[in-house]
Amino acid sequence: MSLTGRTVWWWVRLRRPCLTAAPRGPAVWLPTGLAACQRFYSSRDKEKIDMSAYPVESIRNFSIIAHVDHGKSTLADRLLEITGTIAKTDRNKQVLDKLQVERERGITVKAQSASLFYNYKGVNYLLNLIDTPGHVDFNYEVSRSLSACQGVLLVVDANEGIQAQTVANFYLAFEAQLAIIPVINKIDLKNADPERVEKQIEKLFDIPVNECIRISAKQGTNIDKVLEKVIEKIPPPQCNTTDPLKALVFDSTFDHYRGVVANIAVFGGEIQKGHRIVSAHTNKRYEVNEVGILTPNEQPTHKLYAGQVGYLIAGMKEVTEAQIGDTLFMYKQPVEPLPGFKSAKPMVFAGMYPVDQTEYNNLKSALERLTLNDSSVTVHRDSSLALGAGWRLGFLGLLHMEVFNQRLEQEYNTSVILTAPTVPYKAVLSSAKLIKEHGKSEITIINPAQFPDKHSVSEYLEPTVLGTIITPQEYIGKIIVLCQDRRAVQKEMLYIDEHRVMLKYLFPLNEIVVDFYDALKSLSSGYASFDYEDAGYQAADLIKMDILINGNPVEELSTIIHNDKAYATGKYLCERLKDAIPRQLFEIAIQAAIGKKIIARETLKAYRKNVVAKCYGGDITRRMKLLKRQAEGKKLMRKIGNVEVPRDAFIRVLKRQPEK
Amino acid sequence: RAAAARSVQWPYCRKHCSYCSFNKYVVPAVDEAAVRACLVREAQTLLRLGHVRSVTSVFFGGGTPSLAAPRTIAAVLEAAAEVAYLPAGAEVTLEANPGSADPARLSGFRAAGVNRLSLGVQSLDDAELRLLGREHTAAEARAAVEAARQLFPGRTSLDLIFGLPGQSHEAWARGLEAALGLCDDHLALYQLTLERGTALEAQVRRGALPEPPEELLADMYLSARTALAAAGFHQYEVSNFARKGARSTHNLSYWRAEQYVGVGPGAHGRFVPWGEGGRQREARVQTPHPDAWMREVRSCGHGTRRRAALSPLDQLQEVLALGLRTDEGVTQQRWGLFSPRLSLEAAFGAPGEARELQERGWLRLNGRALRCTPAGLPLLDSLLPALLCQLRRRWNAVQEEDGGGRDSR
Repeated sequence: MSLTGRTVWWWVRLRRPCLTAAPRGPAVWLPTGLAACQRFYSSRDKEKIDMSAYPVESIRNFSIIAHVDHGKSTLADRLLEITGTIAKTDRNKQVLDKLQVERERGITVKAQSASLFYNYKGVNYLLNLIDTPGHVDFNYEVSRSLSACQGVLLVVDANEGIQAQTVANFYLAFEAQLAIIPVINKIDLKNADPERVEKQIEKLFDIPVNECIRISAKQGTNIDKVLEKVIEKIPPPQCNTTDPLKALVFDSTFDHYRGVVANIAVFGGEIQKGHRIVSAHTNKRYEVNEVGILTPNEQPTHKLYAGQVGYLIAGMKEVTEAQIGDTLFMYKQPVEPLPGFKSAKPMVFAGMYPVDQTEYNNLKSALERLTLNDSSVTVHRDSSLALGAGWRLGFLGLLHMEVFNQRLEQEYNTSVILTAPTVPYKAVLSSAKLIKEHGKSEITIINPAQFPDKHSVSEYLEPTVLGTIITPQEYIGKIIVLCQDRRAVQKEMLYIDEHRVMLKYLFPLNEIVVDFYDALKSLSSGYASFDYEDAGYQAADLIKMDILINGNPVEELSTIIHNDKAYATGKYLCERLKDAIPRQLFEIAIQAAIGKKIIARETLKAYRKNVVAKCYGGDITRRMKLLKRQAEGKKLMRKIGNVEVPRDAFIRVLKRQPEK
Repeated sequence: RAAAARSVQWPYCRKHCSYCSFNKYVVPAVDEAAVRACLVREAQTLLRLGHVRSVTSVFFGGGTPSLAAPRTIAAVLEAAAEVAYLPAGAEVTLEANPGSADPARLSGFRAAGVNRLSLGVQSLDDAELRLLGREHTAAEARAAVEAARQLFPGRTSLDLIFGLPGQSHEAWARGLEAALGLCDDHLALYQLTLERGTALEAQVRRGALPEPPEELLADMYLSARTALAAAGFHQYEVSNFARKGARSTHNLSYWRAEQYVGVGPGAHGRFVPWGEGGRQREARVQTPHPDAWMREVRSCGHGTRRRAALSPLDQLQEVLALGLRTDEGVTQQRWGLFSPRLSLEAAFGAPGEARELQERGWLRLNGRALRCTPAGLPLLDSLLPALLCQLRRRWNAVQEEDGGGRDSR
């Protein structure tokens, strides 16, 4: 697909207005001689800015892509500062990362964007910067972001060099035929070796050494050069203001006061307050209340023109009205709808249930709102005997699942039971009855409870991924052992320089889903990096394993696994569970079972003594506090039979400990 | 108007023991006259504050109160007698270390008014005593017990510690047997708690010493109970054993959640400060550091650092957690004093956690009291959270019936 031949998209995201305010004080530093910009800032709350000052030729849309921690967000902060978008203070850290979870973890989860104004050789440019997520789980968001761009800054750490994700991101940009500007960051570091990194880039990506820009985002070195290159090397988008209105809804958020705020990219024509528009998806009519751009906060404008990106508020009251991927057009001037987004492909599924069934409706509405902001999560209603009514959710990866759960807790104040993550297996059915029941002979199994019996199946299939590992050579031995242990097959091995090796392996997805990344990091002292892409399905000898506590199955821990791994996994899960369950007043048997056959057992002995020796003098207050906390905690325990299990026990069991 | 037990803290020690996390200070020289004056002053202030008419028992704890001069003990007792009635037979206990319990000192304490001695023997094995960082030897401990029994016949108690890192079951059984051959009519057996901030805890955490396995600790405790029962001792509290009725009234009043006034650095108390216009029982903590405490006593008569009013439910929870430690349990009568509206029967007789625990044979509720069975007592800390859950539920239900506000604390 060639760039010129396809529609150009912008993809920006609105921050949640109730979260941390951007640290933007009144003392905004302005580039001189920027009329539009000055007008905008001097009266940004009252007077609206005239976007007609920015014709398509002076617009650049670009993304920053990088391996995690290579400085993407810091570079974004500097670009926002140098263009006067935010005040230049030393408080600007991860300005585009608005979510609490992002700041806590130092990662970007949601793509964010900002419109920058920059005067170069006497021309005022509108530069739309799209910050992208930096973790393999969020590659889907990276792709959506890239489809909004004509070019990327490929940021590489001058010390660490190319990492697995750099490779993955490069190919995403390369295949989208975007202009790629390599940026070598952190040249101020003591061990920085930009020359070596330039050679790696030349060897792996075929980009001449002299095209790399050496910068230090932290110290602000050479940031202006980056902007020059963006303007010189990245082509403007191609579309026309004289066409009829055609706008893509690419994201939306829900604001308690204003209803739905839809993020739009204008592909043709223009849009302004008072326009009557129609949703191609629902055919509903709306009147536009407000349009504007993101700087990165919402900034109202008179109009938005073709080629521009911004937000729109049009009296949509239900979150479902702003369908992501929908096309908006002018009333009575219908257009051919845009193809929309392909929905994200979930790689990991888990059941989610309210801790208390009376919380079902609250959790339901929290889920609805959060999934509006994170459409990559798939939601199916589900129910279980033990856990009641809930959902089976599909995530892009385990980090995505954790982040989603954390956001539910932090932003919606809910707490949930999450079941063991599972990957989407398939079964080719042989039983005529089942085929009739399902209406097809191949079914996807996202819930271990639906795992069909061996007798009615001719073949089970498991999803695979092609993993890329980049590592210093001294860890190769250990990594190869790890990969073999994960049933992976080596596909490629290449030295990218004298010391670093790139390995490619075909992995069964379930082998990497939970903890492969942690294991890899730990055995390589953090130096090896990993990324993966979808590689289809392969036949596999699968079975369903149950975990029983005093004979009662623990639904959260039922798993579908490869037969070869059943014994080891069963033993391991029982051992871990034994550590995660506190001793109680009676003996607890923890067992792993395949069908009726017990394959592993651990016994947690009953307490024979649990009473504090000394209880006089002063410490009764402290003691009462502890007892009251334990009494409170009992309410939050999950009861399996008469055994009380802390709610986080299962997640703790599933996350393996660092290698011993 | 009110009766109260009284604890007096002497905060100084000669040496830090490796397991002790109490509020204690090792200083080169103690200005004893100054400390005495402050103990006297604070005792009088607090007894007045609590409108205490009668002092039922006095307990000198620490620290190492046997390091104090007998006249200090006498002065504090006299001070109490000046503002409240101190019956002649009231139990006056002094905690003593074998290193400061020679016959001369002990008779001085007896002359000062002490009539019961609690000796911190801890072990009768020199290696174990060194591990505990005690300054005495097994021989000194034996001599101190002999001397104490001479002076306080039938009123000498021995403290023993078990569950030391590396201690075998046999070693503990031998030590207990030796103590039984030596002791009077009261024994306290404490399982060693590895408290954070102590030298012993740090050594165990570092792996320099082994952590005693839970199963072994349970064996030690359960077999000690059997051995003591065979020797005629009755277990009247989780860690306390007595024969011939030699129970400590002071500690019993604490477990019965009676009022007590804490005097001295870091002392804790539970009483209603009528004198300050209080109507509710308060949890009070005195300033821990002796110098700061003395400054406060001099300037305002007492060194109370923290006061927290205890809600009726808070008090009931304490009544339950403390009372169940004893053989008599929580009596209907005592419960009624704290909870006129929700009877013991109404709180724990209905189907719920307590019923389940009774069915398993760990708990007993009858017309007299709610108490642990001998099988349930060693498991008390696993029973309490469930009982507290049930209590709170029943309490809130009664509050709602009454139309009052919910007490969610």
